[in-house]
Amino acid sequence: MANSDAIVGWKTITFGCHILEPGNAANFRTGDWRSQRPVTDKEKCIKCGMCWVYCPDMAYSQDEEGYFVANMEYCKGCGICAHECPKDAITMVPEEG
Amino acid sequence: MSKRVGIEVSIAIAEAVGLARAEVIPAYPITPQTHIVEHLSEMVANGELDAEFIPVESEHAAMSCCCGSSAAGARTFTSSSAQGLSLMSEILYIPSTMRLPMVMVVANRAMSAPISIWNDHQDIMVQRDIGWIQTFAENGQEAVDLTLHAFRVAEDRNVSLPFIVNIDGFTLSHVIEPIELPDQEDVDKFLPPFKPRYKLDPRRPITMGPVGIPEVYTEAKVAHDMAMRKAKRYILKAWDEFAEIFGRKYNPVESYRTEDAEILLVTMGSISETAMTAVDAMRDDGQKVGLLRIRLWRPFPSQEFRKAIGKAKVLAVVDRCLPPGAVCGPVGAEIRSLLYKIPGAPKIFSFVAGLGGRDVTVARFKEIVDKARQFAKKRPRELYEVIGVREK
Ligand code: SF4
Ligand code: SF4
Repeated sequence: MANSDAIVGWKTITFGCHILEPGNAANFRTGDWRSQRPVTDKEKCIKCGMCWVYCPDMAYSQDEEGYFVANMEYCKGCGICAHECPKDAITMVPEEG
Repeated sequence: MSKRVGIEVSIAIAEAVGLARAEVIPAYPITPQTHIVEHLSEMVANGELDAEFIPVESEHAAMSCCCGSSAAGARTFTSSSAQGLSLMSEILYIPSTMRLPMVMVVANRAMSAPISIWNDHQDIMVQRDIGWIQTFAENGQEAVDLTLHAFRVAEDRNVSLPFIVNIDGFTLSHVIEPIELPDQEDVDKFLPPFKPRYKLDPRRPITMGPVGIPEVYTEAKVAHDMAMRKAKRYILKAWDEFAEIFGRKYNPVESYRTEDAEILLVTMGSISETAMTAVDAMRDDGQKVGLLRIRLWRPFPSQEFRKAIGKAKVLAVVDRCLPPGAVCGPVGAEIRSLLYKIPGAPKIFSFVAGLGGRDVTVARFKEIVDKARQFAKKRPRELYEVIGVREK
């Protein structure tokens, strides 16, 4: 689950269990409990960025060619991107093992 | 100058909350707490208290509001009783582990069914383990003093925990007593403005109340437990400071005529005054009886309690709560586990009395002491006894 070096003890845990550093979820692999992953068919993709807009975990970023690629460190496999894609370019594929 | 006035205890508590300069008061009325929040609402409406009074739609909302207001850095007060307190249950565990200071006066009342608006301690025993600091007041003056003390301790940066002051419904809440209402100047000296360690501030964003995955949940709870244990030092310190300013000294456990006592009654709350009268009467009869009164219930003052027992051979612990199917009442169970296998520990007998507004009279206390004395000679069959129940 969480990175082992980020695991705290009761003496080092933050006061009230608050998160004092905004956006620190980026430091953790938050998506490794995923049961399915999005796979994009570049033939169908029109680079509209709707997947990037709708992903609740901000997993998408654009590559050099302008395609949107989901980062599997953070993708939780919810399937929202596949549902929202206007070209049905995204297929949800079960994670094996 | 502080003034001594004849005043209903609920009104006096509201005045104390005003003297404490509470800033946000989300509250929902329920008997027997109503007069406290009614009076606070009046004070705010009349411009006598510069606070937000939020007339919420339920106790669940009241406690949720309290969490938000404390997180935003405002001095926060609310009050409840019985079924209303239970409606807060879902939220009550949240401000404590999140270390959000706030003060709640609970006017203790029986839990329905059957419907009862009258006094006992069942409502607060349902909430025994919510991780709030808890004290029990014996009389009106103490209710006022403990309310001021609660703000001081809760908001101490070394403590930073929510705090419940228990007052017996009707027996205290609706009784007019002579009470010394302190000076604003003295209260200001005792109670500095609330400066939380962390607060919700858009200029310095933080997250309060994130998920605690299995890898950190235990650590978060242990940190809370340790904070409670550490809090005792600051609770005592605040009582010392209170005594310096206001001249009234409070202890976590009060002893009454315990020197050379063989049997000690153990009580919490307003029945302790009747218990003292009973002790006096039994002492006049030549019986070596005394009284221990627990004022600080959470964190439990283990050391102080053990010390206060002295050489007593028998403890008669009076619970105002009957948990069906349990080994005995919660205070009885606490004391038994505290003293288990300690060499020379007294025999402990658990009694349940004063449920749903039934008076615990001097005669009842004498009956409890007589029973404890007999049980001590021969172990009783039952692990607790309900006093004054009609066997027919
Ligand atoms: S929503 Fe579909 S079409 Fe649009 S960029 Fe994403 S994958 Fe391509
Ligand atoms: S499956 Fe969900 S989490 Fe993963 S990339 Fe798509 S929208 Fe984001």
